[in-house]
Amino acid sequence: MLAYLVQMASFAAITALMALGLDLIWGLGGMANLGLAGSAAVGAYAAALLGVKLGVAWPLAWLAAALLAAGSGAILAGLTARLRGDYLAIVTLGFAEVMQLAASNEVWLTGGTGGIPGVPAPWRGSLHGLAFDAAFAALAWGLVVVAALLLARLGAAPFGRVLRAIREDDTVAAVAGKRVLRFKVRAFAAGSALVGLAGALGAALEGFVAPDSFSALLTLTVVLALCAGGPGGVWGALLGGVLVTALTEATRFAADALPAVSAVQAAALRQGMIALALILILHLRPAGILPERPRAIPKELR
Amino acid sequence: MIAIAQAIVNGVLAGAALAVPAIAFTTIFAVLRFANFAVAGFATLGAYGGWLVNTRLGVPAVPALLGACVAGGAAAVIVDEAALKGLRRRIRPGEAALAPAIASVAATLLLENVARFLFGNDPQGYDLPVFRDWHIGALAVGPQQLADAAIALVAMTALFLFLGFTRAGRTMRAVADNPGLAALKGIDAARVGRIATFAAGALAGLGGMLIGFDTSLDPLLGFRVMLSVFAAAVVGGLGSIPGAVAGAFVVGLGEEMATLVVDPAYRTAVGFAAILIVLSLRPAGLFGERTA
Repeated sequence: MLAYLVQMASFAAITALMALGLDLIWGLGGMANLGLAGSAAVGAYAAALLGVKLGVAWPLAWLAAALLAAGSGAILAGLTARLRGDYLAIVTLGFAEVMQLAASNEVWLTGGTGGIPGVPAPWRGSLHGLAFDAAFAALAWGLVVVAALLLARLGAAPFGRVLRAIREDDTVAAVAGKRVLRFKVRAFAAGSALVGLAGALGAALEGFVAPDSFSALLTLTVVLALCAGGPGGVWGALLGGVLVTALTEATRFAADALPAVSAVQAAALRQGMIALALILILHLRPAGILPERPRAIPKELR
Repeated sequence: MIAIAQAIVNGVLAGAALAVPAIAFTTIFAVLRFANFAVAGFATLGAYGGWLVNTRLGVPAVPALLGACVAGGAAAVIVDEAALKGLRRRIRPGEAALAPAIASVAATLLLENVARFLFGNDPQGYDLPVFRDWHIGALAVGPQQLADAAIALVAMTALFLFLGFTRAGRTMRAVADNPGLAALKGIDAARVGRIATFAAGALAGLGGMLIGFDTSLDPLLGFRVMLSVFAAAVVGGLGSIPGAVAGAFVVGLGEEMATLVVDPAYRTAVGFAAILIVLSLRPAGLFGERTA
């Protein structure tokens, strides 16, 4: 039971890290990103391939994962940031699908649908069982805290203020002399980096990557985490990561407990539940459990 | 040479089938001004609805297409009323409608899993007469594909007649063109929105069943062709119905031509490439006007 909870803590950290990345892109920047699964796939496969095929040490492999995800995010945002947000939604959705397609079909590189086994993780050789899980969970939450601190700092800094201004009205921000495109691309790249890093963490935790993990369900799970917690702030993403992990695990038990339901039907119920939860949250609590509070006006302006 | 000619024939036939759900996606964008990704889910449910009518009630495949239209249209209206309309109302004018778009992705996942729960993951087949390919010179044409393309053309013609010559069609165009002025003229935008949603869902369902004829029917049917459908709409210009038709032929031809040089598994990636190229060079698409 304890081992299970510790593992869930790691999963919650990974979801929270992705939610923090989405928070920067969507919560602060107001840009739709329906391609989180694609960024996570880029990160996971980069880390797995560097670790397994080239024997790169995990810190370097994770860094490369984040950078590659950031680069692909910057390209997507750069192409669409001048257009209405609907286009970014379409492009990011397509990006995720193409990444999954490539992961399934470039068998020489990715092992196809069979995936890549034996992805290295920190302390996998030296620690075992609960000690490994606990160390991993501590490392994952450590990264989440660092990312959250950075994001909180960024949100309060001029960069965050400009980003919020762009979210509210990018014409006004442009008139005020802000280079809207540059801010959008940077925020998108930085957010994608966090998602890519989370992907690398997931690959290390499972010791395995496969294309199945990077479907639209992953994207919606992270969107659900951020929406439930509350976009725009840091605490919302953290709370959302924990809540959504708890929800997906609870639905696993609930679906297993139902009699007269086949395995396929149980899986359908679980996925449908996530989708339904997201639709309900968007209607009932669009600002999340921990809504973003408007910032106080600085003293000198009052 | 023969291979290229064959790819052109296949591409035109594929484009005709693709045009139907692409029109559905672009119609909703034109009238309700948001990207309704649940079109993929309507296509899947429509395909299953038609399959039930076809295999359980024993209705021949072509009349059973009506079942697909009804199932797709009903799914679209229910999803819109229950899950999307309320979110759309909160969007300020001129703003991109992100919350309804995200909810529509969730709706697609929900519909996909409704189909999975009811019918399982295994691919199903329609009761179709089996024809041998026709050979014209060195070219092979499947009678089924030809019939699908003809059905798609009939559906498109019906839509153009509806939009051009009926009162409901004309009010729909008025709302798409200028919602403020349409409201001033006493047009009930909510009612027009419902009609557009049903029509789009019906077309998506029909398109889904045509795709099912050509491949097979499983819960991921809509999701698999989704990227090609969106690509067709974006290439033609989001919100333009003639654009969606032209875009569908461009994407259909592009996908078939691309399979000459790349692995056929990547055919939907061609759609993605088309989106990126169009957005970089001419974001308004072939026929579109509104981009900002």
